[in-house]
Amino acid sequence: MVVPSAGTVMGCGVTKSDQFHKHSGKAIRAAVLIQRWYRQYVARTEMRRRYTWHIFQSIEYSGEQAQIKLYNFLGYLMDNFTPSSNERNLISHIFRENDICRDAEWERYFCYKKIEVPEIYSGPHLTFPLTVEQAVGLVEAFRNKKQLHSRYALQLLLETWKLLRMLPNINRISTCHSKEITICGDLHGQLEDLLLIFYKNGMPSLEKPYVFNGDFVDRGKDSIEILLILFAFLLVYPSDVYLNRGNHEDHIVNLRYGFTKEVLTKYKMHGKRILKLLQKIFSWLPLATVIDQKVLVLHGGISDSTDLNLLARLDRHNYISALRPPKKRNQSSASTSMDSDLDEDVWGANRIFQRRASLTFPKPLGARDCFHNRSLQDFSDRIKVNVETELEIRRRRRSAFNAVMKEPETETPTLSFDSVYSDNAKEEWKQILDLLWSDPMAQEGCVPNEVRGGGCYWGPDITEDFLNKHNLQLIIRSHECKQDGYEFCHNRKVLTLFSASNYYDVGSNRGAYVKLGPDLVPYVVQYQASSMIRELTVRQSVGRTERSALKVLREQLFAHKSDLICAFKKFDSENTGVVSLNDWASAVESVMHLDLPWRMLRCQLVTRKTSEGMIDYYDWFNELAIIGPNSDNIDQSLLETLYRHRSTLETIFRIVDTDNSGFITMEDFRQTWKLLSVYLKMEITDEAISDLAVTIDSNQDGSIDIDEFMEAFRLTDKKSRLERGRSMFMGTATDLTKLEGDPNI
Amino acid sequence: MAESNNQSAETKLSDVHKRIKAAFETFDNAANNTVDVREIGTIIYSLGCFPSQADLHDFIAEVEEDHSGYIHLDRFLPAMTKVLLEHKFPPIPKDLLLQAFEVLDKDNKGYLEPEELTKYMTQEGEPFTQEEMEEMLTGLADHERNVIYYKDVINQLAIDPDM
Repeated sequence: MVVPSAGTVMGCGVTKSDQFHKHSGKAIRAAVLIQRWYRQYVARTEMRRRYTWHIFQSIEYSGEQAQIKLYNFLGYLMDNFTPSSNERNLISHIFRENDICRDAEWERYFCYKKIEVPEIYSGPHLTFPLTVEQAVGLVEAFRNKKQLHSRYALQLLLETWKLLRMLPNINRISTCHSKEITICGDLHGQLEDLLLIFYKNGMPSLEKPYVFNGDFVDRGKDSIEILLILFAFLLVYPSDVYLNRGNHEDHIVNLRYGFTKEVLTKYKMHGKRILKLLQKIFSWLPLATVIDQKVLVLHGGISDSTDLNLLARLDRHNYISALRPPKKRNQSSASTSMDSDLDEDVWGANRIFQRRASLTFPKPLGARDCFHNRSLQDFSDRIKVNVETELEIRRRRRSAFNAVMKEPETETPTLSFDSVYSDNAKEEWKQILDLLWSDPMAQEGCVPNEVRGGGCYWGPDITEDFLNKHNLQLIIRSHECKQDGYEFCHNRKVLTLFSASNYYDVGSNRGAYVKLGPDLVPYVVQYQASSMIRELTVRQSVGRTERSALKVLREQLFAHKSDLICAFKKFDSENTGVVSLNDWASAVESVMHLDLPWRMLRCQLVTRKTSEGMIDYYDWFNELAIIGPNSDNIDQSLLETLYRHRSTLETIFRIVDTDNSGFITMEDFRQTWKLLSVYLKMEITDEAISDLAVTIDSNQDGSIDIDEFMEAFRLTDKKSRLERGRSMFMGTATDLTKLEGDPNI
Repeated sequence: MAESNNQSAETKLSDVHKRIKAAFETFDNAANNTVDVREIGTIIYSLGCFPSQADLHDFIAEVEEDHSGYIHLDRFLPAMTKVLLEHKFPPIPKDLLLQAFEVLDKDNKGYLEPEELTKYMTQEGEPFTQEEMEEMLTGLADHERNVIYYKDVINQLAIDPDM
């Protein structure tokens, strides 16, 4: 068989290709048909990939927003309840400042010297000052699934803290000596990706400087290992390893997204201390890095008011969490004391409670004075109304890519501050918030980022002005997952870099890192950590990711069953039990508020139609094939609340669990539900709560194991062959179990 | 289309419009009712149509805004509606597809070698780019034998039931 070369297609001269044509007109037609068919398939796959992505991203951001709203709600409660109320005691400690203390007290509290390392410990032993061999050894140990003993972990963290304190807010580095700098984006606890980067690129060294651009923790299961590795190299090569803070280097965020849980699980005895020390460390992480005075590297982005000079000057360690305004010195407390863990007195008479500003959403109720001395229940009616209003005001991204906000029609969320704070403090706080939480958009201008709940969306004109003002040429940021691991925007003046591959699910995206030499031209390297998928193109593995996204979506739909049935009924005035496809889509969007292309998803979510092409909606819920726990004695709407607000509930549990033991008392359990019921404007009776409690085995008298409780109410998906797998949407990160063999596309 | 015959023409039209808009919006990144012209093919395909490249070029010529590189929904919607209502680019029946593969499979082996398929796809008809070809081979080839069992492939990549 003659194989014509490519050049003969154009038919230059008499070639073998001509003979081919003459003899196989049929073959040509066949080829055309196949080409057409295949291109259609590719396009459909691309479409599926887009909306699958859209699903994940929608739910992810909606979760972030929920977290901030919860935090605001709790802050609001703090503002408006009497100091002695039970409810307030439950949550007050997360608002407590880390009082400024003498170093000696800190050293005593974090003293690792008394911690003994048992003989059977098979992990690495560290001696300080750390050597490069030890850092490399640490990487190896973690690769082999060892855990670093808490004694060494604490010591490492202490040394890190001491070093970080001496660093400026903005690192300034250069590519002189022909050094290429490697920049990595979000890692989110995915150790496999960090190991892959080190494998491809080499570990940090004098010849190989690195910048890590935040979000080292949360979601993945090895956040603490990543931190320990990064800190170890930071200690060994302080002039060649640079860390920027991300929005997840924040204990409030960690409560929801799994880092807190991970540390407490891995370090049962000293986890609390480690977390406390990390709070300090996070606040001391630098905010940004500038390379050769021309390239700015930061985690989130900028706004129209970002001012590098201001950022360079402020006291970054005052911002333990970017979600809180800066701590103020407590004038009345004469004795400095440690944080709540050691201090039994919850609210001494000396303390002046500082009101927290609501972050993005307008204040729900009026002036604070009128609400003194009221109880939780008095508020519930008023709060109900306002939570509803807030939900209505909620805006969504229209598209998953280069999102743009429509003109805010009514409420523009504002940062509202107490008069106690100076203008200076307000300004500083906004600067940091914008830095850590903002996203670029395609349109010009700068608008608040209501989808995430913090920071801004900023446009290409803002980038242009900012770069000119500060004499820069490029912004490298992270914060957003990208299918190829990176994405340029704003006329290639902004580069988004994301280093956690398979972030949403196996096969969802590549990770990438960037190398920058003295020419400052970014050279991107992509990778995908996976031992499970074949060498499929990212687009082709969409089937798997899609299944995963749909599973999540089905769970969400199931969790909103009552509301959905209500919505369907509105379209079904004659009570026939069926609705049209269009009405189905409208009803679902009106309940779910996820701004997804429901019409396109419809064929995936609804497979049974009546002969007239309508949807039997009761039947559809059965079709969703989601099983809840055996829950005959539990109120249906309560169950739904539980499924829907799983993450929020778990977050509140962890907040309430002040000693981080993993257990809360029955009484606190009740109080938690009361809090939640107010927040969600739901009526929950005491009986309902008791029924809930008895369905799980209490390990001890009068106390409830949080993990066990959350597990008892996990939804399982009959359709999916995946086991527990990673689920960032229904609660905090879980173990990545061995998934079954990759099914075909 | 999946809708029934009982529906009035009006409802049917409204359904078609909604489908077109939904597909369009997925690529409307700036939320201003325009899409990049390079995405039009994907949109049209995803609505269940099987145009050839020539068909696409003609369609684009009709609706593009003066070579701006963008297509506005105002022009796309009527043109696309016509395409859907007239079933202008109908799907390829499975048996026809099978026949096409069998034509290329001269020796009646029941499969195609990657080189065979590559030759046809990249040199005949409306040729694939190298990238397209690589992707096709990665996706369709049996991984152990490195050949394309086209009967299986046709069944796997089934037409979307909604279309």
